[in-house]
Amino acid sequence: MTDFADGVAPAVNSGAADAAAGALSDARFAADHFALFGLARDFRIDTAALERNYRALQAQTHPDRFVTAGDSERRRALQWATRVNEAYETLKKPLSRARYLLAELGGESDFVRNNALPTDFLVAQMELRETVADAVAARQVETLESLRDERALALRAGYEALAAILAAAAAVADSQRTTPLAQAADAIRRLMFEEKLLADIDDALAALDE
Amino acid sequence: MVLLQIAEPGQSDAPHERRLAVGIDLGTTNSLVAAVRSGLAVVLNDELGRPLLPSVVRYGADGECTVGYEALAQQASDPRNTVASAKRFMGRGLQDIAHRESLPYQFEDAPGMVRLRTVAGSKSPVEVSADVLRALRERAELALGGELVGAVITVPAYFDDAQRQATKDAARLAGLNVLRLLNEPTAAAIAYGLDNGAEGVFAVYDLGGGTFDISILRLSRGVFEVLSTGGDSALGGDDFDQRIYCWILEAARLKPLSPEDSRLLLNRAREAKEYLTFHGTAPITARLASGEVVDLTLTTETFTDITRTLITKTMQPVKKALRDAGLGIGDVKGVIMVGGATRMPQVQRAVGEYFKQEPLNNLDPDKVVAIGAAKQANLLAGNRTGDDWLLLDVIPLSLGLEMMGGLVEKIVPRNSTIPVARAQDFTTFRDGQTALAVHVVQGEREIVSDCRSLARFELRGIPPMVAGAARIRVTFQVDADGLLSVSAREQTSGVEASVVVKPSYGLSDDEIAGMLKDSLEHTRDDAFRRALKESQVEAQRLIEAVQSALKNDGELLDASERARVDAAIVALQTAALGENRRQITLAMDEVDAQTRDFAARRMDKGIRRALAGRSIDDFAELGEKEEFDELEQINETAKENQA
Repeated sequence: MTDFADGVAPAVNSGAADAAAGALSDARFAADHFALFGLARDFRIDTAALERNYRALQAQTHPDRFVTAGDSERRRALQWATRVNEAYETLKKPLSRARYLLAELGGESDFVRNNALPTDFLVAQMELRETVADAVAARQVETLESLRDERALALRAGYEALAAILAAAAAVADSQRTTPLAQAADAIRRLMFEEKLLADIDDALAALDE
Repeated sequence: MVLLQIAEPGQSDAPHERRLAVGIDLGTTNSLVAAVRSGLAVVLNDELGRPLLPSVVRYGADGECTVGYEALAQQASDPRNTVASAKRFMGRGLQDIAHRESLPYQFEDAPGMVRLRTVAGSKSPVEVSADVLRALRERAELALGGELVGAVITVPAYFDDAQRQATKDAARLAGLNVLRLLNEPTAAAIAYGLDNGAEGVFAVYDLGGGTFDISILRLSRGVFEVLSTGGDSALGGDDFDQRIYCWILEAARLKPLSPEDSRLLLNRAREAKEYLTFHGTAPITARLASGEVVDLTLTTETFTDITRTLITKTMQPVKKALRDAGLGIGDVKGVIMVGGATRMPQVQRAVGEYFKQEPLNNLDPDKVVAIGAAKQANLLAGNRTGDDWLLLDVIPLSLGLEMMGGLVEKIVPRNSTIPVARAQDFTTFRDGQTALAVHVVQGEREIVSDCRSLARFELRGIPPMVAGAARIRVTFQVDADGLLSVSAREQTSGVEASVVVKPSYGLSDDEIAGMLKDSLEHTRDDAFRRALKESQVEAQRLIEAVQSALKNDGELLDASERARVDAAIVALQTAALGENRRQITLAMDEVDAQTRDFAARRMDKGIRRALAGRSIDDFAELGEKEEFDELEQINETAKENQA
């Protein structure tokens, strides 16, 4: 539901072979999540390439491949496979991917402490939550379903806008980034609310189903 | 393929050197061992051609232990000393065990894990499982004609950290090198997927003797990716028996029963359940010790009725797993049925109705897990067979930390692909706070008391700072077996502490080595003399260890506690002079019981001293290590005695 425009952009890098064939060097271990999978550092990613390269890397690094190896090789496999899983998990979902990219570009990284949003947005969110609560109390499945579809569309539009902002931020020099990065942080904060709301609607629907 | 290998000229024509590796399905009711032979995974039968080994162990007064069908046959006549379904007690405390009032065992509450009192001494479920595994290891070594390189042991996907750790300990105690702990539904998916070249999303519905698992996997081009898993680690075929048993009690208006009669009726209940798979009604007849005769008929309708809630209980985790995977029923291409309990028609029907398709039953539900485990063991041991696959599995339950107010902060969410590591920063709550207690829990609930406690440790020696200034990073690492280790580090000062999460029952490597040595030396012929001698030596060691501990830390006991310990030692000294091993064992148990609190207090004291301002690594290099060795020796001696 929260998938963002999978495969919107063509793969910048031509994919599995190059990424997988690369050596498991220390430099690669320390590289950013995008580079690890041979992807361009962009919010719009080729999810098929991500998945392909993830599997290729796991096939090389997974501890199952090193069960009979020595201690140091086994430890290395554990570290690598852990690293690959962490990177994949971060890039797979649009919200965590956006937050990661924002931090990489030098923007906001602490969304727990800095959560300021305009009052009108918060009021609108509260009203939406009340609508959900009312629909749950009245067991109105159809109301919830149409609300879910509506919010899913809003979420998608939000990610589209965020993709443009992040691309603009990445295109300019560091000194020019302050404004777009602040805009991106603001957009991410709103999307965090939207994601949570959508998850809550899904939970409510599941609960009514039982 | 090995079968088609033809020796090249000039090369050796000896068969390819293969590493012998097996897959073991350690089940609640039955266990199996399988291996890849000539390119095919097969279950290894016993000398009478039987594939299953009942997971039943009987302990005799002479220290002898029988496993499997032989033990099962004695279950009704000697229920107290014949342990079945030990898997249900693995990594579990006394209060966790359901229906324990109707089980014929003498449970003992012990820290971390329940124990069972038998005529051969107190047994932990780990030791009972090790006896089952040892029988399977011997069977495999006989069948394959050599020593095993290692084994893949399967566990229910929904097993938590304590249950997994207990299983691994049992395998090591049985002298097995554990290549991997593998989730049972994942093993089934490997067996099914490889045999059928399956692609797409599959659900594995695994209802075993005592556990229920549901896993959702995506199979594609040699990758088995677990998307989500769920279940109930205390729900299985046993519970269906239990429902019939209760129905018998009610229908025949029986008074409370002796353990022997209970076991007899539980067996009749199980037989009736199995009979109903192919018949519309099942006769239940039994003659109780009192001479009273039970003569009833159970119909399919009644059986379905009294077990409906159990089946409903399995469907909740199914829905949750699908939701966690972000999928709907329509995405599921096939439902693989695993576990003997899925033979029950009402289970087949419920699953078919929910998924709107006929479940897949073309694999033997008893064998499919062992077969999958054997294939994985062969792969992990490095025997390349041409087809190669990659397995990506997940942890079943979230891992977290206790926060102020008893709330849980989740660090690693359930269904994270393993291996996985997560770090989270915490800070101090008070000005000048120099220590932080870390309490690791597992489970989905928000409140600590509703989750399972896995470990506690303290980070000490944090430099005094104002509240909120310290940065304490706690890192969770879950390995490919699904086992957790945790470390904590204060970022500004570099002070750190870590634990490999081993619940308090967890055996140290030395203890396992000791028990292993002990068990291997127990050959049958002169078992008695040797056992007596060992008991005497162990009794002496225990006495010495306790006396030395009393000399160093006697002040930790008050006068009455001290008197009880002294009395227990005198009794043990007397027993050790005699030839009655059982008396020695009981006297050692008594010393063990009377010094348990003492040992705990000494351990606390030792840890407090050790962790004051130092990391565990520093501590190991200091001269205080002997104290721990001594404590371990007390535990070790007590455990060896029980083994």
